[in-house]
Amino acid sequence: MSTLQYLILIPGLIFVLMSVASGLIWLERRLLGIWQDRYGPNRVGPFGILQVLADILKVFTKEDWVPPFADKPVFIIAPAIIVVTVLITFAVVPFGPRAGLADLNIGLLFFLAMSSLGVYSVALAGWASDSKYSLLGGLRASAQMISYEVFMGLSLMGVVMLAGSFNLRTIVLAQKHMWNIVPQFLGFIIFMIAGIAETHRLPFDLPEAESELVAGFHSEYSGMKFGMFFLGEYFGITLISAMMTTLFLGGWFGPVLPPIVWFAVKTLAFICFFILLRATLPRPRYDQLMSFGWKAMFPLSLVNLLVTGGLILAGR
Amino acid sequence: MLALLRALWLILLHTFKKRVTVQYPERKAYVPPRWRGRIILSRDPDGGERCVACCLCAVACPVDCIALQATEDKTGRRYPETFRINFSRCIFCGYCEEACPTYAIQLTTDYEMGEYRRANLVYEKEDLLISGQGKYPGYNFYRVAGLEIGGKAKGEAENERPPVDVRGLLP
Repeated sequence: MSTLQYLILIPGLIFVLMSVASGLIWLERRLLGIWQDRYGPNRVGPFGILQVLADILKVFTKEDWVPPFADKPVFIIAPAIIVVTVLITFAVVPFGPRAGLADLNIGLLFFLAMSSLGVYSVALAGWASDSKYSLLGGLRASAQMISYEVFMGLSLMGVVMLAGSFNLRTIVLAQKHMWNIVPQFLGFIIFMIAGIAETHRLPFDLPEAESELVAGFHSEYSGMKFGMFFLGEYFGITLISAMMTTLFLGGWFGPVLPPIVWFAVKTLAFICFFILLRATLPRPRYDQLMSFGWKAMFPLSLVNLLVTGGLILAGR
Repeated sequence: MLALLRALWLILLHTFKKRVTVQYPERKAYVPPRWRGRIILSRDPDGGERCVACCLCAVACPVDCIALQATEDKTGRRYPETFRINFSRCIFCGYCEEACPTYAIQLTTDYEMGEYRRANLVYEKEDLLISGQGKYPGYNFYRVAGLEIGGKAKGEAENERPPVDVRGLLP
């Protein structure tokens, strides 16, 4: 692609992702409402879809407060990190047979690296706020990260072995006849759990934990800095859903409908499932999450890796 | 694990359950008749004000939101010259209604009193006074009280005997 095409495509993608993320705020509130026998926001605009616009306008009028005790540069840069890392990762996601920004041959590793960097945002925000709730949130984020990052990477190695490549486009093309969710079902489940933990979504929203830590790592944040964390979280959900679609659900493959629509439908289904999980499950303690990660998920992903490798060797 | 999946399924089924939300401005929630809402001043069956400006409501009010100034008309009948309720203070406890000896002050079922300007929440006497009798129809304080006012001497009230002349000889 030429430079001009990139100059059009990149803002275009960011615009689409912004709209998706803000649409998700509405979708999540509506779905949570429906599953709690309420309606959710349904007043502003048709079906309440303009509620997001009202919320954004409100968040811009809020005071952009930096506490005097905060570590200012780190405090300011922390919300940017999460948005930037997630947005960068979208560059390697293959949305369709010819859609997608970059065709990295280490796309999967790039995704893992960037999503790990995203944790710095939470940890640094917790540290820079210099408040006990924020610090506890940041600590939990770090503890959560070291327990799920390992099996997150390992759970994807089965997919890599089946496709024989780290290139996401090649991985999708390798699923032309059978989606990876069939031979890699265990890996799919493990990656999904790790993905929820990665995006700090309920039931693994330990760094935030409204019921115990006020708002966790972003207790001290207000205005658009808080909005950036929110945006980053919704970008993260979209990213994890897109990655699950790419890696396990055959990406853009599907009958009748155009490829990009299939990709969107699968991603949206995962997003709705995430919201359903949020509506259903209570939050575990973080020692429970760590022991679950190390004692159950980590061995399971190793077994998955071993069995997949063995079967590939035997089938050769 | 199974319990977890079952929980997910049960929550998903809530998609088809009936909503508990009442879509407020279009549909109103049921309000019991004894609801303690907007305070009014009622009139007696003859159209006169029931309030006799005894100030008991102002005394009973725990947040001091009632202020009134008593005066008398030329028949000797007491009535409030001004009667002011600050609804930004009122806690709708209903003590004023309990304290009122003449059923004048009453709480109604109206609760839609939102204002954009705080000053508009101060209700003057003309805002409070209604044309009807409220919850206690047919009651007129001066018709049952043994008080002498212009046009009604002692002993002329309902269920009242004429006053005993203590200096007379006959029993």
